Amino acid sequence: MRSVRIGSGAGYSGDRIEPAVELAEKGDIRYLALECLAERTIAIAQQARLADPAKGYDPLLEDRMRAVLPACARGGIRVISNMGAANPAAAGAKVMEIARALGLPELRVATVTGDDVLELVRDGDYAVEETGLPVRALSSRLVSANAYLGAAPIVEALARGADVVITGRVADPALFIAPMIHEFGWAMDDWAVLGKATVAGHLLECAGQVTGGYFADPGVKDVPDLARLGFPLAEVEADGSFAITKVPGSGGAVTTATCKEQLLYELHDPRAYVTPDVVADFSHVRVRQIGPDRVAVEGGTGHPRTDTLKVSIGYVDSYIGEGQISYAGPGAVARGRLALKIVEERLKLTGVQTTELRGDLIGIDAIHGPRLSARGAEPYEVRVRVVGRTDSMKEAVRLGNEVETLYTNGPACGGGAWKAARQVIAMVSTLVPRDRVGHAVAFAGVSQ
Amino acid sequence: MKLRELAHSRTGDKGDVSNVSVIAFREADYPLLLEHVTAERVKELFAGIVRGEVVRYELPELRALNFVMREALGGGVTRTLALDLHGKCLASALGELEVSAEGGRRA
Repeated sequence: MRSVRIGSGAGYSGDRIEPAVELAEKGDIRYLALECLAERTIAIAQQARLADPAKGYDPLLEDRMRAVLPACARGGIRVISNMGAANPAAAGAKVMEIARALGLPELRVATVTGDDVLELVRDGDYAVEETGLPVRALSSRLVSANAYLGAAPIVEALARGADVVITGRVADPALFIAPMIHEFGWAMDDWAVLGKATVAGHLLECAGQVTGGYFADPGVKDVPDLARLGFPLAEVEADGSFAITKVPGSGGAVTTATCKEQLLYELHDPRAYVTPDVVADFSHVRVRQIGPDRVAVEGGTGHPRTDTLKVSIGYVDSYIGEGQISYAGPGAVARGRLALKIVEERLKLTGVQTTELRGDLIGIDAIHGPRLSARGAEPYEVRVRVVGRTDSMKEAVRLGNEVETLYTNGPACGGGAWKAARQVIAMVSTLVPRDRVGHAVAFAGVSQ
Repeated sequence: MKLRELAHSRTGDKGDVSNVSVIAFREADYPLLLEHVTAERVKELFAGIVRGEVVRYELPELRALNFVMREALGGGVTRTLALDLHGKCLASALGELEVSAEGGRRA
């Protein structure tokens, strides 16, 4: 029985581009999936779309597609990506434009829509999972609401002959299990096989994180050649069993240890990894090194999918103002602490309104707070960081200013001041009945 | 000895929930992890950072533990004021946990 090789060419929106090209050229893959849509990214994309109806898709779409499409077209590799973000149709049109410019006018580009459920949750009776409050209460602050679609629309696009499938919000593993379902003709209620496939999707979805990225700890866990980290591919059999490997000669490593770490990454209850397609069960997964940079993963299974779909909701939460400045040499820490005290007092004196405020000394206690950090010798340099939450951009800007003015008003020899103020689009989630969410598959450049 | 000598770890984030894996380097050390790396000790280690409950899941076939920590990311990755907004550095703090080998039967 034939197997199918599926590559993972991106693990987040800003990921390296050339490992995907390497997979397409040397990975002997049939499919290249590019996962580029973090939780918040879609809300920011929605704002971009509101400002310009031709935008709202991944900002690196053009660079990535220009890089991978020639090799994919040569190798007959089909590309699946969620780079459509808040505007899959515009992204699809852009991919067609790029394909024509590359001399590939025959490329068939499908787009998947239906994940945008803003109207449904704005008017419906849904509770925010994190707070229990009605979604409706967010009213004018709501920016986006996107249901996590499953593999079905991508399978449909592949069945209709798509060379490139562009989606908005879909569950990350769906980008990987869809081509398996398409190739092997699995039933959409074969929970055991879908669960097994979801283990593969989960291992692949963060790209380099299973091939040695986010793993190295010199002297304890060494990884070769991280500057040329190879991205992973799964070789999947018709029964859903699979091995993880990478292009020979690329950097990084695929070992049982890298696979175990990624298997547990963002996992909660190992028995219930909930996706739109299946409740996957990771609790009896085993890993086995079967060759250099090649690990077999066995024991995954699944249970029936739930009746609801998770919806990720973006809303305008607050504003954050921040400022930083450095001190070095003898007494640096004392000057840093003095600086924090001065800014705190200044914020009170000048009436900057914050709802939450923190002061850090980067290099001392910024990451794990004063209790865990209370040990060790004083460092040569520290960086003061003051950050606060405000209800307006104006207040956020004032906060950063109070750090910057330390230059001439604060402790001696403060340098490298930096400030920023930004709007915070935060994310919460809710569940909606599966039957309230539809989907559509369209082909770019083809009237429906 | 320190946990870092016995096991490796990775942090993941979802909303305001952080999960930290603890994976034995050597199969034989898994019982030590089971005995010494408890949800209570992890909660105590992260007092002041993790405000919610800590639940431990066991994965015997992988010789691994998975700690799921609620209210751990300053209100969530998308709105926290923390410098390490994903809490990615939490796993490295866990490596400092003291695990006594000879106390394997004692504790």
